Formats: sequence, C-alpha cells, structure tokens
Amino acid sequence: MAENTEWKDVLVFIEVSDGKPQEVGWELLGQATKLAGKLGQKVKALIIGKDVEKYAQEAVSYGADTVYVVDDPSYETYVTRTYCKAFCDVVTKHKPTIVLIGATPLGRDLSGAVGTILQAGLTADCTGLDIDDKTLKLLSTRPTFGGNIMATIFCQKGQPQMSTVRPKVMKKGTPDPARKGEIIKENIPVDPKDLTVKVLDFIPDKAGAVEIEHAKIIVAGGKGVNSPEGFEQLKKLADLLGGEVAGSRPMVEAGLLTSERQVGQTGKTVCPRVFIAVGISGAIQHLVGMQNSDVIISINSDPNAPIFKVSTVSIVEKWQSAIPKLIEQLEARIH
Amino acid sequence: MEEKFDLIIVGAGPAGISAAIVAAKAGVKTIVLERGEFPGSKSVFGGVVYAHEINKLIPNFWEDKKCPIERVITDSRIALMNDTGALQIGYKTGNFSDPPNVLTVHRAKFDRWMAKKAQEEGALIICNTCVEEVLRDNTGKVIGVRTGRPDGDVFGKVVIFADGVQSPLTVRAGIRPEVKPEHVALSVKENIQIGEEEVTKRFGAKPGEGVTFEILGTMADKMDGIAIMYTNSDSVSLGIGANLAQWMKSKVTPYEMIDNLKKHPFVAPFVEGGTLKEYTAHWLPEGGWDTIPKLYGNGYMLAGDTAMLFNTLHREGTNLAQATGRMAGEVAAEAIKAGITDEKALKKYSDMVKASFVGQDMKKYKKFGHTLYSNPMIFDQLPTTFGEACEEMLRVDGKTKREKQKIIVKNIRKKVGLMKLLSLGLRGWRAVR
Amino acid sequence: MHIAVLIKQVPDTQEVKIDPEKNTIVRAGVESIVNPFDMNAVELALQLVEKHGGEVSVITMGPPQAEAALKETLAMGVTRVLLITDRKFAAADTLATSYTLAKAIEKLSAESGNVDLIICGKQAVDGDTAQTGPGVATRLNFDQATYVTTVDKIDIESKKIVVKRRLAKGVEIVEASLPALITVEKDINEPRYASLPGLVKAERDKIAWWDAAYIGADDDHIGFKGSPTWVKKIFTPPPREGGPELSGESAVKEALDLVFENKHFKEAVLGEEGA
Ligand SMILES: Cc1cc2nc3c(=O)[nH]c(=O)nc-3n(C[C@H](O)[C@H](O)[C@H](O)COP(=O)(O)OP(=O)(O)OC[C@H]3O[C@@H](n4cnc5c(N)ncnc54)[C@H](O)[C@@H]3O)c2cc1C
Ligand SMILES: Cc1cc2nc3c(=O)[nH]c(=O)nc-3n(C[C@H](O)[C@H](O)[C@H](O)COP(=O)(O)OP(=O)(O)OC[C@H]3O[C@@H](n4cnc5c(N)ncnc54)[C@H](O)[C@@H]3O)c2cc1C
Ligand SMILES: Nc1ncnc2c1ncn2[C@@H]1O[C@H](COP(=O)(O)O)[C@@H](O)[C@H]1O
Repeated sequence: MAENTEWKDVLVFIEVSDGKPQEVGWELLGQATKLAGKLGQKVKALIIGKDVEKYAQEAVSYGADTVYVVDDPSYETYVTRTYCKAFCDVVTKHKPTIVLIGATPLGRDLSGAVGTILQAGLTADCTGLDIDDKTLKLLSTRPTFGGNIMATIFCQKGQPQMSTVRPKVMKKGTPDPARKGEIIKENIPVDPKDLTVKVLDFIPDKAGAVEIEHAKIIVAGGKGVNSPEGFEQLKKLADLLGGEVAGSRPMVEAGLLTSERQVGQTGKTVCPRVFIAVGISGAIQHLVGMQNSDVIISINSDPNAPIFKVSTVSIVEKWQSAIPKLIEQLEARIH
Repeated sequence: MEEKFDLIIVGAGPAGISAAIVAAKAGVKTIVLERGEFPGSKSVFGGVVYAHEINKLIPNFWEDKKCPIERVITDSRIALMNDTGALQIGYKTGNFSDPPNVLTVHRAKFDRWMAKKAQEEGALIICNTCVEEVLRDNTGKVIGVRTGRPDGDVFGKVVIFADGVQSPLTVRAGIRPEVKPEHVALSVKENIQIGEEEVTKRFGAKPGEGVTFEILGTMADKMDGIAIMYTNSDSVSLGIGANLAQWMKSKVTPYEMIDNLKKHPFVAPFVEGGTLKEYTAHWLPEGGWDTIPKLYGNGYMLAGDTAMLFNTLHREGTNLAQATGRMAGEVAAEAIKAGITDEKALKKYSDMVKASFVGQDMKKYKKFGHTLYSNPMIFDQLPTTFGEACEEMLRVDGKTKREKQKIIVKNIRKKVGLMKLLSLGLRGWRAVR
Repeated sequence: MHIAVLIKQVPDTQEVKIDPEKNTIVRAGVESIVNPFDMNAVELALQLVEKHGGEVSVITMGPPQAEAALKETLAMGVTRVLLITDRKFAAADTLATSYTLAKAIEKLSAESGNVDLIICGKQAVDGDTAQTGPGVATRLNFDQATYVTTVDKIDIESKKIVVKRRLAKGVEIVEASLPALITVEKDINEPRYASLPGLVKAERDKIAWWDAAYIGADDDHIGFKGSPTWVKKIFTPPPREGGPELSGESAVKEALDLVFENKHFKEAVLGEEGA
C-alpha cells in the first residue's frame, strides 16, 4: 500500500514542562528504538518550547536519529492550540507512521487535539507497544475498566498510528552522549489569533509535595495499623529505604494520612519497584491501585488476608513485632 | 413535595407491583417507592412464581416476548433425603406447560419486567428512594410517608406497605409488631450455573421446561429444614430454609448448611462442576396464621411478606404477595373513588384476604411451618406431608387447598402404585432419622 | 448562558468480566452507572447557572439504555437531556465519538441557542482515554482547559472564563474565551443528591432521541467506519500468583533473604542499576 511506504519512522514527543524534559520522553525513545528496529526504520524526536534546542542532543543520546526542534518564545507556556498546530505541521511534513506521546496531563491534552486534526487513530494510556509481524502495524496494549481487563488495539486504517504511553512503564535506556544524530530546526511561527487561552499563573505544589505515584518504594499502612505510633514506625521504615508512606482509604478517613497518599480506586494508582503493605486486607478497590508494583511485601496478622494473593512475599505477623525487626535487619543489610 | 397522590405504595416487590398494576389500571394516581436501584434489585435470586396469580394481573403474560421466564415447570418432585440418598416422588405432565402453571424466574429480572407493566398502566415507580417514616394527621390517619430524599415527603389518600418481611418502617410506626425469630425462617439460596444443555440433560427436561424439587430431611447437624432445587434456563437454584431460632441455637452457618446440601450424594450430581453465580440470604415469614398482623388501619394496608403471608409447606410467597397486593390495590381504588379511605372502608381488604385461598390456606396450615421445624421429627405430620406431597404436584390455581384435597384423595385411591410409594416413603422417612 | 454537559454511561468497573470462550466482555448483569467524573460536570453546570442564570443541556451518545444515565441528571435538575443514538454509531472510537458529539452540539446550538460552555468529565472510567473532550473542542474550534479543579470566574459579556487546572507538579490558572470546553476533576464538587420531585420529573419526562441523520452526521465519520482504531483482542491480565507466606520467629529474616534475591528490590533499595 502506498500509505505504508509514504509514512515511515517512529516519532517520539519529548515533553518539556516545568523547565525540563520529562523522563517519559527518554523512556519512549528506548521503546521507539525497539519498534523502529522491527520495522527497519528510524527513530525521530520532536521537541516544542522556548530555549529547548539544548535538549536535542540528549534526545539523540537516548536513541533519536533525527530531532525536530520547534523553538520559539511564544511556545514558552503550553497552549493546546499552538502546540497542536506545530505538532501537526511536523507530522504532515515528515509523515511518521508511528507517533508516541507520554500520557502525562499535557500529553493527553495535546494528543486528543492532534489526533483529531490528523484524523488519526489514537490509543490512550498504553502500557505495552509492539509491531504485528504480518501487517507491520503498531499493536498498543492498554488496561481498561479500571485495570480489570487489557485490550490490544491497532489502527485498521489511516496514518499515523498514535499512542500515548504511561510514564514509568517503558524502561529508559542508558544514554550514549557520543551518539550522533541529525538536528532539524522547524520554524513554525505562532498565529496570535491562536493565543486566546492565556496562562495567568502557575502555583507549584509546595516543596516536598508528595507524589507517591513517582516513588520507587512505598510503605503503606491500613486499618491494621490504624495509629499514629504505627505510622511513625512506617515513616521510619520508608525513610530508611528512601520511600514514601501511603495507605488505604480508611486511614485517610481516620486522618492519619492526607488524601494524596491514598492508594486505590478512589485514590492513586502506583507501580513502584517495591510496595510494602502493612495491615491492609487487600480489598479489590485497594488492589487495583497497587497490584502492578514489581515487588509486593505484605505484613498481615490474618493468614487469609486477600492481599497475600498478590504479594511477592507475605509475612503473617503483627506489625508491632514485624516492623521493628524489618527496620533493624534492613539497616544491617543496607549499610 | 407539592404534588399529591391517591395511592402510595412502599416497596416494588411482587406485592407492591401487583397493587400498583390494579390501582393504576383503575385510574388511580399511584406512586411506588423502592429503596433498591431498580425493582427486584434487592431480591437477586431464582425462584418459582405462579402463573395463575400473574395471569389475573397480566392476562396471558407468558405470551409477552419480553417476559423473562427461565423455565416452565412441568415436573414437580418431592425428595425425602437420608444421609446417602433420597426417595423421590414426582408428577410430570405437559398439561403444566401450556398454559403454564409454575414458572421459574430470576427475581431481579422478573420484578423489573412486572414493574414495567405497572408503569405502562400509568403507575409512577421511584427507585433509589428509601421510605423512613410514616406520616399521620392529628386524627392518627396515615396520610403519607417521608423518604430520605430532599423535599421527600409524599402525601396520598391511601398507603400500602409492601416493604418486605422485616419492615422496620411499620414496626417503628407501631403498625405491625416486630417479627420474632421463631416466626421467620432464614432461607439461603444459591444460583449455580451449569449451562442450558446440562440443565436439560441432568434433569431430563425438555428445552424450556423444568423441574422443581422440594427436599425434606435433616440437612446438617441434626437440623431439620426444607430445601429446594429449581431449574433455571442455564442454572440451578439451590435453597435451604430453617427456622431462625434454630439457626441461632445451632453452630452451623447457613453457608455450611447449603454446602452440605451441595455435597449430598443426591444433590451433588445435579450441580457438579457448576459455578456459583449468586448467594442470597433472606427471611421467610413462616409464623403462619397466628402471626398475621391486622392487615389494615386508618388510611393504610399491609400486603405480602409485610403481612407475614407465606405458605411454608408449599413455598408459596410471591403468589400470596401478588394476590394480597392485587386485593389491596382493588380496595384502595374503590375507597379512593368513593372518597372514604378510613379504617372502616379498608376493612374490606382484610375480609377479602381471609375469604380467599390466601387466608384459607394460611388457616389450614396454621402453625405448620413452626411445628415442622421445631419438633425433632415429625411423624405425626408425615401423613399430611405426603398428602401435601401429592397435592404439591397439582396445579396451584387459587382453589382452596381443602377443595383440592378431595380431588387428590380420589386420585390417590386410583393410583395404587402411589400408595405403595407412600408406605415405602414412610420407611424411607424413618431412615432419615 | 447555555451549558452543555457530555456524559457517558459506563459499566461498574469492578464487575466487568471476560467470557473466556468468546473473549468478549460480559455485560449481562453488570450494572451501569454514570461516569463518576461526569456527575461532577453536571453538578458544576447546575451551580454555574444557579449563579449566573441560563440552561443546562445534557448529552450522551449511546444505546437506548443510556436513557437511565440521562434520567439521573434530569433528576438533579438539568434543563434538557438528549440521547444521541443510532445503530450506525456502534463501535465508535474516540475520534468518531468526538465527531458525533460535535455534530450534536452544533444541532443543539441551532435549536436551543448557542452553547457557551461544554463541560466533560476528566475521563471515562471504562476507557480512561480522556480524549473525547479535547477532540470535541478541537472539532468545534473551542478553547479548551482540561483537569479543571475550580472555575474562578465566568463572564458572559466579555466572554471569558478563568479556571484552575491540576497539573503534575502544580496548579495552573488559565483564562480562556467562550465558547470553551473544560474537563473536570473529581474534587471540583460533590454531586447533589436528587430531590424527590426531581426524581418524579425525571420519571415522567420523555427523552429526545437524535439519530445520525438528525444531527447531520456523515456516515464515513461515525461508528465503525469513522473509527481508525480497532480492538484486536481483550484479555484478563495474568493473575499475579502470591509468593510464599512466612510466619514464625524468623519470618522477617526469611522474607528479606528472598527479596534480596530479587533484581527489582535490589535496584530499588541498593540502587544497583540496569540489572
Ligand atoms: C467504592 C469503594 C471505593 C473504595 N476505594 C478505596 C481506595 O481508593 N483505597 C482504599 O484503600 N480503600 C478503598 N475502599 C475501602 C476498601 O474496600 C476497604 O474498606 C479497605 O481496603 C479496608 O481497609 P483496610 O484494609 O485498611 O482495613 P481492613 O480491610 O479492615 O483490614 C485490616 C487488616 O489488618 C489486619 N490486622 C489487624 N490487626 C493487625 C496487626 N496488629 N498487625 C498486622 N495486621 C493486622 C487484619 O487482619 C486485616 O486484614 C473503597 C471501598 C469502596 C466500596
Ligand atoms: C431465598 C428465597 C427464595 C424464595 N423463593 C420463592 C419462590 O420460589 N416462590 C415464591 O413465591 N416465594 C419465594 N420466596 C419468598 C418471596 O420472595 C417473598 O414471599 C415475596 O418476595 C414477597 O414479596 P413482597 O413484595 O411482599 O416482599 P419483597 O419481595 O421483600 O419486596 C419488598 C420490597 O420493598 C423494598 N423496600 C423495603 N423497605 C423499603 C423502604 N423503606 N422504602 C422503599 N422500599 C423498601 C425492598 O427493597 C423490596 O424491593 C423466596 C424467598 C427467599 C429469601
Ligand atoms: N459516548 C459519549 N457520550 C457523551 N459524552 C462522552 C461519551 N464518551 C466520552 N464522553 C465525555 O468525554 C469524557 C472523557 O471520556 P473518555 O475520552 O472516554 O475518557 C467523559 O467524561 C464524557 O464527559
């Protein structure tokens, strides 16, 4: 099909927000390299913003063969319309067959607009990407229905094939500063008429604001702990491991935790490397928020606690005795 | 709320819906208040219903393509269970298929379907709305109810309470006494899916037709109870009931009891390899005649379970609910049209109920359910049990059971084989001890 | 002011199962709810017209049974509800959905006065795509603001709206021009509990059905035909089987011995990269 020959290469959007490139961009370049390899095509990156050219080489070091840079003061703050226009211009000009965007708030806002203008198939919030050996089409796998079900989706027609990808799912490769790549400046001026949306102010979360969804290690407590003393212990353990404290909804309701530390269906979905569940039974509404963690260690006095079913290792013991031991032995092993 | 109604019905179960259908048909401005998400959402289980009553409300209802019938029962059996097996008596006839007599339905679906019919008649059905209080005027006449909703008071000329056996609402309002444990059976029911072909095969039924089992015996831990096994289109309903007081004394949980039943060599083959779809526990009023409260008062009536109407032996409840709901609806409509809705006007309802098969049967078996469960074993009851057993095989058609017994006795005389079975059954029954 | 709210009926996520043979989603017996975020959208619309006057129109594209969702919002007190329904809409992805909804909005504007503000939920809990809102805004060329947690100011005369947006690392205050589309976060408000008269009205009102022809939708852009993306397969994520359950004095030690063998654990705790 003419379509396939005309549209080629994998384009990754490098989101620059809060004055720096977002990690997910590098993660996607890693994945794009694999996909492009299967297709025998190239990896390309797109950076939009003000004074962002300096990040181009970093993109190359993470695997981009070509980097398109749209650098203009009027792109200092993100405005859907202007970014969308720039994005679409680059895509229609260079015709990548696959377009990957990080599923961040900005990425999802942008992709919805871009997909509509390009009339492209867009799969949101993917956790897996692959190439169909026969059709050579992009296969995007994503959780739906609150993670109960996975769906693999492809574009039956149209180009490009777009996907937004969840941060922290794809592995970021090790950058190679010596890597060579071509850097192309795209000059796409902003039409003032497109600046009807104005950013009046940005109030950053107070320093040290918790983002348990980014924590490598989480120590979570539930009704079984249910006491300030208990959570002091958990804090001690978390600090020792350089992790964050979190918990189940009743604990938030009991005022022992702030709501941004709630894990679960009505709280946050986390997938840290290590999740330590203390005094948490493992109700479904809680599990959907943490069951994708790489390692789950649970401590529960009830040998039949459902949480054990998803735990890498379970300790049937009261936290009162288990946690002090844990802290003591970890100190010994780490230092 | 500003708007007033003629008739307020609390509860969208069989009783409430039936009252709504007749009242609305009679042109009465009717509102039904239901706590659940939709009618039937609070009784999610498979059960049998009786065509005769429903037909009175919705003529030839079974011809409605949308009517969610699971299976038409053409084969009713009794099983006397001992530890290793069971003696069975059954009566099977195509006569029960067209027109149908007994049907299995999934209550959640069936109640919903019946509620639609009430809506088509013009009744207003408001769900997700819990009635919390009964409203009276200074003469003590019931003039409406208070719901948990903002602006949630509703006023009407007559209120029908059809909110089920517990009905804390009427108890709080001093309209009906609280139910005593010994007057209710705790009944648990499981819906076990085995697939449509399997049901047809295992129960030797025609497609679309089905079997009901009434199972008598010692279910668990010396605890006597009545169990049932009904065929739905692709699943089997397994239920077990025992007196609540007895439950409280014994150490077995309802759950264990039904598990034992499932493992029993007689039952196991029917449900083997099935997957549990539902598990419901619910009270059954079985205090019988003596526990029936006053069915009416100044501006109100009680119908169905709320009125403690349940035929323990025949496992008839929905039909009694539907019948009393229907009568309450009729009486309400008359009274409202006549413009007099006081106690005297509504007494007629109580008389109707007592004169009908509902009252007659309730009287006939007075404390039957009670005795059945509380006597260690029921030899004295056995003959009757068997009489009833054969009778159970016959049509439930609103004729009083006494009239029918005459017919049966004749039949039994003819059916010598059956007599043999009976004596055999007697021995089988002893074996159960 | 004329506010349009887009709502979606979704299955109660906890209950969704897959039929292992047919590999399709079992919807039988699964209760449907209004997408939780959309309830916040409706609540916001009601609060805005209560303050500034105007009308609220609620729109959903879905099968006939989606009427239930619309009824819920009627009970809350919205002005009118519209069911955009047609067999041809079946199997629509977000591209086709946003096209259809945009068409419906245009029709609504023509019939009941121009829409000044469209409010969507942040995302639908079944698909979690969060694309429909931006899609609709882009098609209608409306300003858009996603992840809104508060509406600080809305002024019909100057046609301006000022909102706070929740972003990854802070809150952004943006001003947009009307007509605009916003998508709202859960914590923007508490949806109201419908009153009894509201429920009664909802029960009685006849719900308007608009089909593809009525909204002037082009068959090539709706339903399956208008949807580039297609589901190749659905599957249940392999259940994660639980590891050993340790008890007794040395349980903690044994547990640590185990996890220190695990590369993820070592990377995370000892910072050994790239295992
Ligand atoms: C619609 C909905 C949404 C919900 N959303 C969320 C959500 O987002 N997040 C959430 O967390 N919950 C949520 N919940 C609540 C959730 O279902 C359960 O209520 C919650 O998981 C119970 O919290 P828990 O496990 O801490 O307490 P429990 O479930 O009561 O468990 C306490 C556990 O601690 C153990 N224990 C007791 N003493 C000790 C001891 N001394 N040492 C060790 N273990 C001990 C017990 O054996 C038990 O397993 C939601 C519920 C619903 C209905
Ligand atoms: C396991 C089991 C199996 C059974 N099998 C059968 C069978 O096969 N055949 C049969 O005939 N009978 C059967 N029964 C008995 C039968 O269910 C009842 O006799 C019948 O449902 C009586 O109908 P009802 O409307 O009076 O009460 P219900 O069916 O209990 O309906 C009462 C309704 O009122 C609602 N309600 C309660 N309080 C309020 C309130 N304050 N405001 C608003 N709404 C309220 C409830 O949600 C409910 O929907 C069975 C019962 C059980 C538990
Ligand atoms: N079929 C639909 N009908 C109306 N609104 C919808 C529909 N699908 C999605 N929406 C709106 O778009 C928002 C995001 O949905 P989604 O893009 O599916 O995550 C929802 O919260 C709704 O407000």
